[in-house]
Amino acid sequence: MKTPIHCTDSDQSFAAATPLCASPAQHAATARAQSRRKLLKVAASVLGSAPLAAPFVSRAQNKPIKIGMPTILSGRVAMLGISSSNAAKMEVEKFNAAGGLNGRRIELVIRDSKGQPQEAARVARELVTADGCEILLDAEASSGAFAVHEVARDLGVLVMHTNSETSALTADPKLRVATAFRSARQGIHDAVVGGAYAAQLAKEKGLKRWMSVSPDYAYGRDTTAEFLEYLKYFHSDIEVTGQVWPKLFQADYSEIITRLLQGKPQAIYSALWGGDLTSFMDQANIYALFKDRQFFAVNMADYAVLTAVKSVPTNLHSGNRYLRSFPNTPANHQWSDAYAAKFKELPLNWSWENTVGMQFLIAAMRKANSTDSKKMAEVLRGLTIDSPFGADGKVTMRAEDHTVINYAVGWGALAAKEPYMANPVAGSWKQIIELETSWKKSKGWA
Amino acid sequence: MDIGALFECLTSASCVVTQASTGLIVGALLFLVAAGLTLIFGVLKVINFAHGSFYMLGAYLALTAYRASESYLLATLAAGVGVALFAMVFERFFMRKVYGTDVLMQLLVCYAFILILDDAVKLIWGAEFQSLGMPAAFQMPPLMIGGGIIPVFYLYLMLAAALIALLLWLVLSKTRLGKIVRAAAHNPTMTSVLGINTSLVYAAVFALGGLLAGLAGGLAAPVRSMSPGMGFSILIESFIVTVIGGMGSVSGALLGALLIGMLRSFGSIGFPLFVEGIMFLGMGLILILKPSGLLGKEPR
Repeated sequence: MKTPIHCTDSDQSFAAATPLCASPAQHAATARAQSRRKLLKVAASVLGSAPLAAPFVSRAQNKPIKIGMPTILSGRVAMLGISSSNAAKMEVEKFNAAGGLNGRRIELVIRDSKGQPQEAARVARELVTADGCEILLDAEASSGAFAVHEVARDLGVLVMHTNSETSALTADPKLRVATAFRSARQGIHDAVVGGAYAAQLAKEKGLKRWMSVSPDYAYGRDTTAEFLEYLKYFHSDIEVTGQVWPKLFQADYSEIITRLLQGKPQAIYSALWGGDLTSFMDQANIYALFKDRQFFAVNMADYAVLTAVKSVPTNLHSGNRYLRSFPNTPANHQWSDAYAAKFKELPLNWSWENTVGMQFLIAAMRKANSTDSKKMAEVLRGLTIDSPFGADGKVTMRAEDHTVINYAVGWGALAAKEPYMANPVAGSWKQIIELETSWKKSKGWA
Repeated sequence: MDIGALFECLTSASCVVTQASTGLIVGALLFLVAAGLTLIFGVLKVINFAHGSFYMLGAYLALTAYRASESYLLATLAAGVGVALFAMVFERFFMRKVYGTDVLMQLLVCYAFILILDDAVKLIWGAEFQSLGMPAAFQMPPLMIGGGIIPVFYLYLMLAAALIALLLWLVLSKTRLGKIVRAAAHNPTMTSVLGINTSLVYAAVFALGGLLAGLAGGLAAPVRSMSPGMGFSILIESFIVTVIGGMGSVSGALLGALLIGMLRSFGSIGFPLFVEGIMFLGMGLILILKPSGLLGKEPR
């Protein structure tokens, strides 16, 4: 037996266009029902608004604040989109539970770009033009972020890049967009801290012969060049005897590992990340590549990698991606535990970057008391907020290049178990900024 | 380009042993996946674009079986059998319907299954990458042979792949099933006229292809991190292997896989930046000079 389809008030526009909701036989009944509903609606709205101090709340004020989030939810890096959107949702829930902005709640509209830059650009544009998003939280990897950046330039909409760590996105003045900001860490910051840390170890242990193994695309090559530049800056007695460049998502690293073995380095640097890094480590372990060698992997200290690698070798060093124990503060522990309890998985580097991005947006809209892109951008420049991920409990959106600074960044030796990095060496932000400034000058960017 | 380093390597026993064994291991796993792909093409004239996903499924099934049983051997067998069964279902209910249709239609069905399997893996095992870890039996220092380094696990993988290749050869050349499969590949109509249920043969071939891909996924699981979409890169390399060796030729797949393995292994010493380029160049040259591949039969 077919069940009749009932139309609710919200179905009226649909009902007018389709016979599914209102068959000709039902028209008379529908008309009577409509007049009853109108009466009920008026009564409901009067009753509903009665407890409010200001009964004349305009529709615009009740309209949700739509924030569009293009990210990667399918394919090999789906983990990026999941950990990013989880973190963003957590902040949005807190904001909405606290009453929103003058009663306006945030509605997060999340879309999958499948990791393709052209798709990221299309999705970002549609989020603004078709879905009516006022702000973009761009949780794309670098290739997509550059595409979304140009969409933001074109539409004049506020965008917070939360995952792209490629320095040029905000450092290159030719690319600058007045309403574009970045809440992600930056490759150059990691390179300065990593270079200083590795140089110290090289001096202590006499590590002269170095090799590198990094993915063969812009991120891998840039990050490796920057790390080696600062390694040599802090300790000139270094010789890079060979560099190998596996493909992104390469399945078998055998020939890469034996090439490293043939080079007989004392230390190896790697910018491999995610599943590629765990594959490489597992395969290198059975060749005993790490025996009597120091291994510096900038992307190792992230829970996804730490929990996946089955045997963490000794002599392994990493930059912090995200660790509950760094910074070792109650605020960071609390955030980490809340995330783990809510999503039944450990937070990642992408999670804290998106949390900070959302926290900056919320702080800016509250301070500007508006969701207007230009007004919010004005407030965001130079804004400092309290954050569990700050080097000293706070992070700042640097006014000159719209990028986050003063976040906790450090390197340390890794162990196989929690807390994984027992004695992290925190980077000095004074030193990072000094060297970053001269690096920008060398590029003609400052 | 560092031809000096390559020359130096070729004159050193330790380097030759290490790199040659590396070439063999890269080739061995590639062969298992490519053999299934080429077998299916040889008999059914269908390019199974979902073959990389079969490999992925094998790796994940091995992961689950290993966690349940803690036996690597059981995990590998479960991967092979599980994927063989899945491949049979895939053939019976889906691929069978697009035999003889436009290649685009076959591509669409396969592509749909690539997406479905990626999402299914995401739903069942999660989107984050996972690793099976090295079974306890293989957690030992690598062997030093002639100054070269060969990991014990890889020695086992090479032997396992060689055994599978031998069994495959025996099945295809010495058994009745093998004769039927070869006959169906050669002339399906005549085979059918002789009273052979070719439809069943097709399902069996798909299952055999699935078995090989599943075994490859299971065997490689301890050293390859798993994530949805991991089948794609192995699919591309398997295609190169089958094109070089000859579409439809299992021995061609073995030759192609070993050639690619050696090229990657020694190439990483002498011309690390051109290895990929040379692989594709080789494929291009073969397509121009001998389009049927090194050991493929010329179409009549």
